[in-house]
Amino acid sequence: MNAFTKLMGTAALGFALGAVALPVMAETPANMLVIANRIDDITTLDPAQSFEFAGSDVLRNIYGRLVNFDPLDLDAGYQADLAESWTVSEDGRTITFTMRDGVKFHSGNPVRAEDVAFSFKRVVALNKTPSFILTQFGFTPENMDETITVDGNTVSITTDKRYATSFVLNCLTATIAGIVDEATVMANEVDGDFGNEWLKTNSAGSGAYSLSSWKPKESVTLTANPDFYLGEPAMKRVIVRHVQESATQRLMLERGDIDVARNLNPSDVEGIRKADGVEVMEEMRGRLMYISMNQKHPELSKPKVLQALKYLIDYEGMQNSFLKGAYVTHQNFLPRTYLGAVDENPFSLNVEKAKALLAEAGVDGMELTVGVREAQERLEIGQSLQNTFAMAGIKLNLEVGTGKQVLSKYRARELDIYLGAWGPDYPDPHTNAGTFAYNPDNSDAAQATGLLAWRNAWDTGGLTEKSAAAVVEGDRSKREAMYHDIQATFRDTSPFAVMFQKIEPAGIAENVEGLNLGGAITAVSYWAVTK
Amino acid sequence: MASTHYTPKRQPRLPLPSWLKGTLVTLASISVTMLGLLFVTFFIGRVMPIDPVLAVVGERATQDQYHAAYLELGLDRSLVVQFSYYVWDVLHGDFGMSLLNARPVSEDIKRVFPATMELATIGIIFGIVLGVPLGVIAAVRRGSWIDQIARVVALVGYSMPIFWLGLMGLLLFYGILGWVGGPGRQGIFYEDTFPSVTGMILVDAALARDWGAFKDAFSHIVLPASLLGYYSLAYISRMTRSFMLEQLSAEYVTTARVKGMSEWAVVWRHAFRNIRVQLITVIALSYAGLLEGSVLTEIIFSWPGIGNYITTALLSADMNAVLGGTVVVGMIFVCLNIFSDLLYKVFDPRSK
Repeated sequence: MNAFTKLMGTAALGFALGAVALPVMAETPANMLVIANRIDDITTLDPAQSFEFAGSDVLRNIYGRLVNFDPLDLDAGYQADLAESWTVSEDGRTITFTMRDGVKFHSGNPVRAEDVAFSFKRVVALNKTPSFILTQFGFTPENMDETITVDGNTVSITTDKRYATSFVLNCLTATIAGIVDEATVMANEVDGDFGNEWLKTNSAGSGAYSLSSWKPKESVTLTANPDFYLGEPAMKRVIVRHVQESATQRLMLERGDIDVARNLNPSDVEGIRKADGVEVMEEMRGRLMYISMNQKHPELSKPKVLQALKYLIDYEGMQNSFLKGAYVTHQNFLPRTYLGAVDENPFSLNVEKAKALLAEAGVDGMELTVGVREAQERLEIGQSLQNTFAMAGIKLNLEVGTGKQVLSKYRARELDIYLGAWGPDYPDPHTNAGTFAYNPDNSDAAQATGLLAWRNAWDTGGLTEKSAAAVVEGDRSKREAMYHDIQATFRDTSPFAVMFQKIEPAGIAENVEGLNLGGAITAVSYWAVTK
Repeated sequence: MASTHYTPKRQPRLPLPSWLKGTLVTLASISVTMLGLLFVTFFIGRVMPIDPVLAVVGERATQDQYHAAYLELGLDRSLVVQFSYYVWDVLHGDFGMSLLNARPVSEDIKRVFPATMELATIGIIFGIVLGVPLGVIAAVRRGSWIDQIARVVALVGYSMPIFWLGLMGLLLFYGILGWVGGPGRQGIFYEDTFPSVTGMILVDAALARDWGAFKDAFSHIVLPASLLGYYSLAYISRMTRSFMLEQLSAEYVTTARVKGMSEWAVVWRHAFRNIRVQLITVIALSYAGLLEGSVLTEIIFSWPGIGNYITTALLSADMNAVLGGTVVVGMIFVCLNIFSDLLYKVFDPRSK
């Protein structure tokens, strides 16, 4: 038997030696940015269709837009990008953009006014989910040849009525307004799809990077554009690798195998604060966590009951315990950093007050069901609500399901209470005002499933009209005041209890400079990064 | 006039040789199994309270966009019609489009399956090379220290959750010691630096003669593969031990010993030869288990294999991808079963 013992010993030894002799790369190359992120939500990389966070991150670096945010100065608002300047007609409906000279697409074709018109008309014709960001200005397949026009090196867009110019331009910074190369895209058209199929996995932009490859749920590789009009980026390649686990991302960051870890949970953030060579970067994001009460429910439609429930949430307790570092209390529908955002958070856990309000409303104990997506932090929020609601005699049942299960019921107006998250679609206050406080037709037949107010069967009591007025107000400070006013009423009377705004911590290697994750209003940008 | 002579009617029989008949029976049973598998997965997929349309159009879609996608997916047709279309497509190697990335599921599977196969193959080799000798020694030296060790090894392999062992392994060998590469199949630096021919990175890197990339890929696979190998080792060694014990107590072994045969010859030429057939089944089963996708291992090590693929698809309601993945896994089981049957015939003289 000695032979076997020897054999096994040799095998084990060989194994161990083999492992020891392996080289391990402990530092990423100096001209390459390597990121770990969850990118399994990317469904397409066509700017006319993409509507997910990870997709926006990629597309912000590939496609130029007429106007865009400066990654090093987000507070400055939209800036000239492919458009050098613009003028607004007297009636306020037509904006004419003059194109910047000498900018080229990755293909080498010049960026022309015609490409802008093509890109916008393409969005209208394809009519994919995010197309409303442009079509809300009245562009239709029938009228787009008259409303989107080209003259020499200028392109004009004419909206169906007068809107705040800031509203229109904010929308033009969104992913959907990325300018594609008409010649390249149409060369790859199949069955009249405007190149939609091809653009899912290829790029035709003029931005700082072009797409080298996208392997779904695995990785995205970008290559620097040497002719980028702001100068060739220092990072010649950017690779985003899908890494699901926070602990794994942390380990890779500490080992120096990646430069940036995008999805660290609070305990791993605390962990890397102590590590050498690594820093924590925290940004406010646009995502809000809220609960909403279905107004079809006889008790929940009583204003005092809504008030009472808002006093039965332990905002502070959750923020300081399991949500620590991931969310901060925020009770308004506009995320901080948006135009018109306010910091007023009048509600806090107050069981006595809630009990009194319930008594005034004639409610003595009740049983409710809350739809919760099967995700750790949401379950924990659900349990906290369960505890605090019980203090006032309300039995709260958690109905846990996958995102799609819970969402289907919510969209069908079938849940008592929904616990969910909402992120803005474009960097203008109307994005959330138009969702939370706008509901022109509250009937079941309206099927306005995209509006949160409709999903909760809430007739907004005048806020619909006020939101519609704010979006056409040309004076920026007046507009801002209007949103303050809408939110004050909203906090008080709406069936929504907005609870938290997301903070996104990222771990980054300390030699990485100039990285901007886009804050609450836009996506990440890589072209200003140096190491 | 009718003949009075009675000739018994003979059952019409196809003049088939027995081997062909056997093959036909096997093929028929495979078809029935596969059809059953398709049926069950398809209907489970359809009755699950998941809305595949939402998976495509997203939460913000208008009712029109939702309806357009609903029609595009053919969900307005009856379930029976949908199922028959599905079977027809699968017969043509078409698993439909992934709802999420709008690419053919078959392409996705072609990409993820080699990753799992590479991992499982190295894992099972590890399991066989160490597990079989360990089981044999444990049986021969029953009750000795080596038998005790084998038992502990098997026990730990059975009771330790794989995600915990995986994370500890990563922390120790990658995080602290730096002996092995981290999560993923290769260092991010090597991403897209050599052509993908077989989809198995070790093979592709060798074909491209990129030995740096080969070493790197090896340093990434060594930890997850030995983890999987350890689990199959635990199973294989335990089964080997019990098979061997049974043989060693048989009369022919005593006879051989009495005849003065060397212990080596008794154990290997006689006893071991008689357990080969049983071992093949055990090994084929563990290999099938590994190929089926070791979900947790793949998730911990960010290994883009089929287990990871099916899980992510399931979580995001991408039913075409789930069905495609499940069917492929089912086919592997069936194929490995046939393969082990064949080996039976080769090794077991009685079946000839």
